[in-house]
Amino acid sequence: MMEKPLNNRAWLLVAPVFLIVAFSAILPIMTVVNYSVQDTFGNNQFFWNGLGWFQELLDPSTELGGRFFDALWRNLMFSAIILAIEVPLGILVALSMPRDGWKVAATLVLMALPLLIPWNVVGTIWQVFARADIGLAGWALNALGIPYNYTGDVISAWVTIVVMDVWHWTSLVALLCYAGLKSIPDAYYQAARIDGASRWAIFTTIQLPKMKRVLLIAVLLRFMDSFMIYTEPFVLTGGGPGNATTFLSIDLVKLALGQFDLGKAAAMSLVYNLIVLAVCWVFYTVMTHAGTERPVREIAS
Amino acid sequence: MEETTSHLAENLAWMAWTWQTGVFFAVIASLLVILTVIAVWKPERARVGVLGIPTTRGDRFFITLLGSAFINLAWLALVGPELGWALALCLVYALAVFRLV
Repeated sequence: MMEKPLNNRAWLLVAPVFLIVAFSAILPIMTVVNYSVQDTFGNNQFFWNGLGWFQELLDPSTELGGRFFDALWRNLMFSAIILAIEVPLGILVALSMPRDGWKVAATLVLMALPLLIPWNVVGTIWQVFARADIGLAGWALNALGIPYNYTGDVISAWVTIVVMDVWHWTSLVALLCYAGLKSIPDAYYQAARIDGASRWAIFTTIQLPKMKRVLLIAVLLRFMDSFMIYTEPFVLTGGGPGNATTFLSIDLVKLALGQFDLGKAAAMSLVYNLIVLAVCWVFYTVMTHAGTERPVREIAS
Repeated sequence: MEETTSHLAENLAWMAWTWQTGVFFAVIASLLVILTVIAVWKPERARVGVLGIPTTRGDRFFITLLGSAFINLAWLALVGPELGWALALCLVYALAVFRLV
């Protein structure tokens, strides 16, 4: 036999990790599944409710279903808006970043700064920065005659959260795109110059195709992150005004820890979790298989 | 022995088990065991199916489980709480995934 048989004994080394994961993830998720088919009035007493919560959750005409779908659309809308801003902006920033010299290091450090700030600090920074009474941005806007108050006005709240996310995460998209751009050898640009290609032609035929893979990663990463966003809007608006910025995770916490409706919250978190799991699977599959269809060419840069 | 079982019952109480969810997890766990046994007995190589990605039996099982969850949820939302036919649909889906993906 030419082929070496696979030795599966190495899997035993995974056993400790499996034990830890069992305690930190598998048992809790089993508990959530158990909660989702029951109702409780506290005191660890549970009553069978079958698929009742799920049915209610998936029916938009009920209170639970209504708020779930509202939060879901709100969340999808948020993800769509920030992707529509961060991806083109990130590309633009990456294209205008310096390609060599000491400026590269300086730019990279500057760009990485927002990524290193903890979520709750980002929320607090913007919470103060955008306040209408003492915040620099909020005060200035109002002084210019633009009515702006993120605690009372829905549009203001959304604008603040979107701008905050763009400020926090555009760097990530830009850095990923920059990595893609750096992998393009100079010969490509030289050839384009000889052919007299316009700036736009260079972008669409050389730079964009080379960035396709990192862009895919950026889009999926940003989608997942924004779909699961919790801390920043929680600190900034607390889901308000009203429910205008109550995203899925915020609604889930309100339901589980605010109202202590464990059954409803469990059903909601399972459906939420399934959506995240499906997107994760797509993410993982694309990440591991993108670009394998065509043979990889080795290019010295 | 009796003390051990009562301790066990106490420690499981926070998980709020029901026999239905017990059966649910037991089925998934035994399917995983069966897949492991098959994997040891007849090792396989990943093959490329309709999705254009190489999949093993484990991958196809995951796709089946995840898809089945969505089929059941969709049935619950659009048809009603009787999931008998949804499960039948899941079986068809599972066969399709294992044959084609």
